[in-house]
Amino acid sequence: MISLKNLHKKFGKNHVLKGVDLEIERGGIFAILGPNGSGKTTLIKSILGMVIPNSGTIEIEGKKVKKDWKYRSKIDYLPQIANFPANLTVKELIRMIKDLRSNKSVDDERLIELFKLEPFLTKKLGNLSGGTKQKVNIVLAFMFDSPLIILDEPTSGLDPISLIRLKELITAEKEKGKTILITSHIMSFVEEVTNDIVFLLEGKIYFKGSILELKSKTGQPDFEHAIASILSNNYD
Amino acid sequence: MIKILKYSCYDLLRSRWSYVYFAFYLLLGIVLLFLNNDLSKAVITLMNVIIILVPLIGTIFGVMYYYNSKEFTELLLAQPVKRSSIFLGQYLGVALSLSMSLIIGLGVPFIFYGIFRSSAIWDFSLLLITGTFLTLIFTALAFNIALYNENKIKGFGYAILLWLFMAVIYDGIFLMSLIAFEEYPLDTFSLVGTMVNPIDLSRVLILLKLDISALLGYTGALFQKFFGTNFGIVVSSVMLLLWVLVPTLLIKRKAGKKDF
Repeated sequence: MISLKNLHKKFGKNHVLKGVDLEIERGGIFAILGPNGSGKTTLIKSILGMVIPNSGTIEIEGKKVKKDWKYRSKIDYLPQIANFPANLTVKELIRMIKDLRSNKSVDDERLIELFKLEPFLTKKLGNLSGGTKQKVNIVLAFMFDSPLIILDEPTSGLDPISLIRLKELITAEKEKGKTILITSHIMSFVEEVTNDIVFLLEGKIYFKGSILELKSKTGQPDFEHAIASILSNNYD
Repeated sequence: MIKILKYSCYDLLRSRWSYVYFAFYLLLGIVLLFLNNDLSKAVITLMNVIIILVPLIGTIFGVMYYYNSKEFTELLLAQPVKRSSIFLGQYLGVALSLSMSLIIGLGVPFIFYGIFRSSAIWDFSLLLITGTFLTLIFTALAFNIALYNENKIKGFGYAILLWLFMAVIYDGIFLMSLIAFEEYPLDTFSLVGTMVNPIDLSRVLILLKLDISALLGYTGALFQKFFGTNFGIVVSSVMLLLWVLVPTLLIKRKAGKKDF
C-alpha cells in the first residue's frame, strides 16, 4: 500500500527524517508513535505531498507520488490542528470539500448525526469551540470512502462520548479493509484501536511490529511503560 | 483552479474588508464628482489616488489573505487538487475581487453622473484598466512575499517596504539621478526608468491619455513621442503584462517547492 524508501527531510539545519524505510501493507490500523519532534507529522505530510522530501521515494499502490496529485483522492486526511476559514458555515465547508472531490460516494449525513453536529451546521466555523471543530474535522476525514485514512492526533479536544464514537468509526473502517495510519500521544487510545505500531525516533524507524513484540523487547509489562522505557533510554 | 477561485472569491465577498474597500471607492467617486463637477477633472484626481492606493491595498490584502487562509490552504493541499491550482486560484480570487470592488465602486457613481454620454469615457476606462493591472501586479508580488516568508510580521514588513519603494522611494531616486546626470542625454534613461516601475508606467499612460502632457514640459513631449505611437503603446502593454506574468510564474514555482 505505502512504501517509503530512504526518505530524508531537512528544514534548514534541522534534519527531521534521516532515512526512513517503511512498508505498510494494505488493510489494518497502524499507529505511528514517537516523542515530540521525532518526525511523525513530517512523515505523514510527506506521504500526503504537503512536505517535499529532500531525497528518497514514496510509492502509494506502486506509483511514485512525486509531482503527482491525483493519488490524493485515495487518501482521507485528518490534520492535527483543525482551522477552517472563519467566514464559512459548517454546511458550506462540507459542500465545498465534496465539490472539490467530486464523483465520490459521500457519507456525511450519517457522520453529522453520529457526532450530533446538526445544531452547528449553519454556524460559522470561526464561532465553533475547539472540540466541535475537531468533530467537523472528523466528519470531513471520514465522509469519503477512500482506501487510505491518515489521522494526525484524532483525539484532541474530544469529549468521552465522541471519543467512543471515533473508536467505533475507526474499527468499522478497518473492517471494510481500509488502511489507517494514526498518530497519537494517548497510549491507551492507541492500545485500544490497534496492535501494530511504528515507532519513530530521531528521524528513523526505531521499531515496527506489534505491541506484544515491543513489550517483550523492552521487558516491560504494559504498553505505556514500554514506550516510556524507550524514551527514557534515549533521554539519558 | 476554477473551483478554488470560486471559493476564494466567495470567502472574500463575505468578509467585511471587501465591502469597506468597495464603499471607499463609491464614496470617493461621489465626493470627487460633487466637488469637481467635471468628469475629466475627477478622472485626474482619481488617478492620483488610484496610482498610490491600489498598489497599497493590493499588497496588504494579498499578504493578509495568504496568512489568514494558511490553515485552509493546508486543508486544500491534502485534497486531490494540483498545488499550482490552489495558489493561482487564491491569487486570482483576491486580485479579481479587489478589481471588482474598484471597478464597481468607481463605476457606479460615474455611470450615474453620465460617463457614457461624455468624452471622458475612454480616459475613465483606461483608469480602470490600469487600476486592474496594478491590482493584479501588486497582489501577485504580495503573494510571493508571503510565500517566501513564514513569519507574518516580516512578510507584512517586506510588503509595506515594497509598496513604499515602488510608490515613493523609486520616484525619489529617479528624480535625483535625473538631476545628478543632467549634463548627459537622458531621453532613453527616463523612458526606461518609467517603464520599469509599473506605478510610474501607469501614471504616464493616464497622463498622456488625458492630453495634459504639455504640463510635463520637455519630458512630456518626449513621452508623447514614444508612448503616443503604436509601438510605445504595445511596449508599455507588454511591460504591464510582464509585470503580471513574471510574479505569477514565481508564485507557481515557489508553491511547487514549498513545505507545509
